[in-house]
Amino acid sequence: MKENLNSIKEKKNLGQALKNFIDVAGWPRIIIGIFLVLLFAMTPIAKLKLSTSLSDTLVRVGMNAIMVLALVPMVQSGCGLNFGLPLGFIAGILGALLSIEFNLTGLKGLFSAIAISIPFAVIFGYGYGQLLNRVKGDEMMIATYVGFSSVSLFCIFWLLLPFRSPVMVWGYAGKGLRTTISTQKFWQNSLSNILSIRIGETFYFPTGMFLFFALLCFLIWAFFHTKVGTAMTAVGSNPDFARASGVNVDKMRTLSVVISTVLGAIGIIIYQQSYGFIQIYNGPLYMGFPAVAAILLGGASVHKANIGNVIIGTFLFQGILTMAPSVINSLLQTDMSEIFRIIISMGMILYALTRKTKGNR
Amino acid sequence: MKKIDNQNNLLKNIFKSIMVFISKYPVPIMFIIFLIFTVPMSHFTVKYLINELLTRLARNSFLVLSLLLPIMAGMGINFAMVLGAMAGQIALILITDWSIVGIPGFFLAILISLPIAILLGFFCGYILNRAKGREMVTSMILGFFMNGFYQFVVLYMMGPVIPIKNKLLLLSRGFGIRNAINLQAIRQCIDDFIPITVLKTQYDPGIKIQITTFILIAIFCLFIIWFKKTKIGQDMRAVGQDRLIAESSGIASDKTRLLSIVISTVLAAIGQIIFLQNIGTLSTYNSHDQTGQFAAASLLVGGATVSSANIGNVFLGVTLFHLMFIVSPMAGKNILGNAQVGEYFRVFVSYGIIAIALVLYSWKRHKEKERERMALRQNTIAPKTKTE
Amino acid sequence: MGQKPILEMKEISKEFYGNRVLSSVSFTLNEGQILGLVGENGAGKSTLMNILFGMPVINQTGGYSGDVIIDGQKVIFSSPFDAIAAGIGMVHQEFSLLPGFTATENILLNKEPLKYNFLVELFGSRMQTLDYEKMRQQAINAINKLGVNIDPDMLVAEMPVGHKQFTEIARELERANARIIVLDEPTAVLTESEADILLKALKKLAKEGVSIIFISHRLQEVLDIADKIVVLRDGKLVSEIETSKTNMKQVVEWMVGHSVESKAKDNLSKNISDEIILSVKNLWVDMPGELVRDVSFDVRKGEILGFGGLAGQGKLGIPNGIMGLFPAGGQVIFEGKKLELQNTHKLIKQGLAFVSEDRRGVGLLLEEPIDWNISFTAMQVQEKFLKKLIKGLIKWRNDKEIEEIAKYYINKFEIKCTSTKQIAQQLSGGNQQKICLAKAFVLDPKILFVSEPTRGIDVGAKKLVLEALKEYNKEHGTTIVIISSELEELRSVCDRIAIVDEGRISGILPPTADLEEFGMLMVGSSKQN
Repeated sequence: MKENLNSIKEKKNLGQALKNFIDVAGWPRIIIGIFLVLLFAMTPIAKLKLSTSLSDTLVRVGMNAIMVLALVPMVQSGCGLNFGLPLGFIAGILGALLSIEFNLTGLKGLFSAIAISIPFAVIFGYGYGQLLNRVKGDEMMIATYVGFSSVSLFCIFWLLLPFRSPVMVWGYAGKGLRTTISTQKFWQNSLSNILSIRIGETFYFPTGMFLFFALLCFLIWAFFHTKVGTAMTAVGSNPDFARASGVNVDKMRTLSVVISTVLGAIGIIIYQQSYGFIQIYNGPLYMGFPAVAAILLGGASVHKANIGNVIIGTFLFQGILTMAPSVINSLLQTDMSEIFRIIISMGMILYALTRKTKGNR
Repeated sequence: MKKIDNQNNLLKNIFKSIMVFISKYPVPIMFIIFLIFTVPMSHFTVKYLINELLTRLARNSFLVLSLLLPIMAGMGINFAMVLGAMAGQIALILITDWSIVGIPGFFLAILISLPIAILLGFFCGYILNRAKGREMVTSMILGFFMNGFYQFVVLYMMGPVIPIKNKLLLLSRGFGIRNAINLQAIRQCIDDFIPITVLKTQYDPGIKIQITTFILIAIFCLFIIWFKKTKIGQDMRAVGQDRLIAESSGIASDKTRLLSIVISTVLAAIGQIIFLQNIGTLSTYNSHDQTGQFAAASLLVGGATVSSANIGNVFLGVTLFHLMFIVSPMAGKNILGNAQVGEYFRVFVSYGIIAIALVLYSWKRHKEKERERMALRQNTIAPKTKTE
Repeated sequence: MGQKPILEMKEISKEFYGNRVLSSVSFTLNEGQILGLVGENGAGKSTLMNILFGMPVINQTGGYSGDVIIDGQKVIFSSPFDAIAAGIGMVHQEFSLLPGFTATENILLNKEPLKYNFLVELFGSRMQTLDYEKMRQQAINAINKLGVNIDPDMLVAEMPVGHKQFTEIARELERANARIIVLDEPTAVLTESEADILLKALKKLAKEGVSIIFISHRLQEVLDIADKIVVLRDGKLVSEIETSKTNMKQVVEWMVGHSVESKAKDNLSKNISDEIILSVKNLWVDMPGELVRDVSFDVRKGEILGFGGLAGQGKLGIPNGIMGLFPAGGQVIFEGKKLELQNTHKLIKQGLAFVSEDRRGVGLLLEEPIDWNISFTAMQVQEKFLKKLIKGLIKWRNDKEIEEIAKYYINKFEIKCTSTKQIAQQLSGGNQQKICLAKAFVLDPKILFVSEPTRGIDVGAKKLVLEALKEYNKEHGTTIVIISSELEELRSVCDRIAIVDEGRISGILPPTADLEEFGMLMVGSSKQN
């Protein structure tokens, strides 16, 4: 009798704990998480190697994680989701192209690409931040179109800028950049391969890339523990409070945009070193959306995000994007990866935008 | 002496009113200045330009018109009008499969697209009612999202689930629709219903006027003008200006907003069918991609803003935007020796113009709020204390 | 017209979360009568009118007791639409007009006369077109009834403020079928001549049989126009009397009341130096709803100075303007130095601190923990709670010190919370206010502005907050300026009390002065008499 009561109590407690967990984690994360576990479990049925799948997932997490991290500062400072991330990508691409133009290879090439891109990113980010300060309340829509227009403006520059390296320029015309440029001969995997782990034929872990990501995460974490970082969080939490405490709200917002843009630039370069190609012209046009979707999937909202959201979100999102198409592909013999990517990433953003929050006046 | 003063004042007044005009229509003025330089550089003949412009007006006006009602209802530019475009395309695929040709095919396509568009419109309206205050960005994302579903339906459902008899429409693997579909069956059936060509000579094909399409567009414009005078139109305008005040006087604002989106979606479906009957080929996976983008850019180029747009904006906008579209590749080639530059340039303009229009609008609203408060201050603060 | 009662409120009582705001209030309104409803802030005027108008907020907070009787019949309104249908119109303080619509369109909003067409059969009645002729005629009728001159075709956006007010009243006339109209501070935004026209129009309406409830802080107006005056104080009816049988002085007495015996100051013995710490000259502040026009005053070192006055008169604008939260101008001299008014950072650094009346909007980081809230300002401005690493290049937040200071104040102020990491949002109003106070104390200010320190908090917290302020003043010799709507509270704490009326200081009194004197200053009658 007593035991029964106890077990009922226990069940109740368990139920309560489960409910709490769901509240904290949020439905989308749980559904996608379960789905991801199922997909990994299905690898034998689909005749896929678990080690390959895991390795692919991890590589893609490493490739994309910094771009997702780039969203944190602007969310924290109250500028919302940075749909203008492609502006940072442009800076990164400029750095990457110049590093190739100067024929720099290996880690030297990679880090000079980053070093060259940073001043561009700072300048772009500063201008973009000034713009966003003048359009408070409409940031997201305008950010999207700043991203779109900067990508399409640079399409023209890619045609006209006097790059010479034969690797990058169309062979027949002798000018104008190719649509994709291989980094293979320069710095492909130069970072990933540091201390990389290879087990058997199929498993590969890009240690260097993860270490670099961890370093940036640490820097961002540290930044939010300083005086300025604290002020930035307060600006995002309540700008009126921050102002009444003597904080310059616009300056903090601009700073967050600059940091976000710089991280976007670094993010795309790391992506290119792992992916092996620099995609220019319309390549970066929609590349901001998956990053946004990932951080939302990680549990961030339009006005709160942390590094945990970045890590969990990137893993879940990239995991699904890697696993679902390959499992479906081997079961149904069709390639649905593109559709899958669109529906999951846009669906996640849509979910976040339509959630009843206090921002929803 | 006095005369000069007067003259100066007159000049000042003229200058002032010019500035007011510019601040009222910054986007169209920028565009016109740009065209003044580039149109001559393209070396096209006037006749060619008129011909092209008429085609594009007939082709695009309807799509742009479909954006008017959501703006009236205060929901901004409905980028999710691509949902309607998708409905229209699905209908076109079906009538092509059933090989129903000419005018009956055209109207059947509209008939089929209606229920799909209404359904999608309800869905879209429901979503946007949950995202009050950020309708535009939500509608844009919704457009991208539904594009995924559209691809799923057309690429995987057509064949196995939705029967397609005509094997020529299907991909070689046996299901899913091919990338391009020839719409020969209804190609320009409306445009050429009453064929009119003016200034035709022996050597010159002349200027073709798509009179039937223009009549359709004119009827639709009359509909919009009439619609504004109905009770529902009045409610829409009220909700558009201030949702809360409208609600407090008993207007069902959510329902009104929903309706504006449903109508917009339906009109976009019809618009896309008109657009494609003129072009004559359906690019299954791309035709709708830029529909919302270009329609929005056209409307804004015509001097509309996120909160106010009229029929005049539509026609001015379509004319200016597409004039730019026609001339920029040639102008690019003649100025920079590269036609590709012109093509990238026009894509840039279509994005950039939306960015600029949104920024200017937001900026202006902030400025106006400030000015309102300044005016209030002048009323209430005793002037002598204003000196610091 | 005349003696037929149209509206009776009987024994109306209302509680908000156990807080009694109305107790058994009754009055009668006759046909064609103008009733002036007066009382201090928080006396219960708005709650009473919300009950009459069926505002949803009343139902959501547990309804009310007592009867509303119209034409001898008991009515229960569940929404404003019921009230409108019963012939009650209400003109709120803020305009609810659509700026892009003409006067006509606004007056007939959602009441437009319609014309039939065949599409109605297909799509329903909303497809009917508007009958513009008829609309215009109805609007003109309503405007004429009011006896004012408004262009029915003018856009509201282009109208002067007065015309907007008339349009709003005309709309209520039109849609409520003109039986009872409630006007809440209708003259607050008008110029004098506009107000005169409005009062005349109201008299004309009353003559035509419309009953009017007129709420205003401008007592002279009320005395001029009303047939009958109803005075509320602390949720109780103090008096219901014909205007002809009373006078301004009496009404003020009723409003302010004698009931609370003044707790004469116990700290008069405190020695306040003659040194002037802060001197304000010709201050103006553009704070919406609390405009300060021209204010000059001196604060002596070590004193507690109070600012009182009715809502909307500008007392709240003073600290908000000085601290740079709203556009302001004028000369402020602090310890002999001229202050830069708009530079909040510098002001705090120089030793000013401010506890805002807008606790949730300005005072707190609602989504952040308690310890952040307490320490943030001091960290940003005075660089407290920071560890300097690499020769001060990195200013690292010292979470341990932050937690310690939070713990100290949680104990000191008896803040009820689970830990220093609890989110501010989850605390009660009283505890939130204690956090705001702690935030200011951490700054060690030389002069502290506290705005509405006890608004919306329970009795226990109220006492604690006031005691804490007194104690802080005594122990640290900190000069404190308290702005409050509650005169009794000011009288129990302050050394001097300034009363603000219409953006200016109408007088400064010792706390021991008669209540009537305060009352007269508050309603601005000292100038008129």
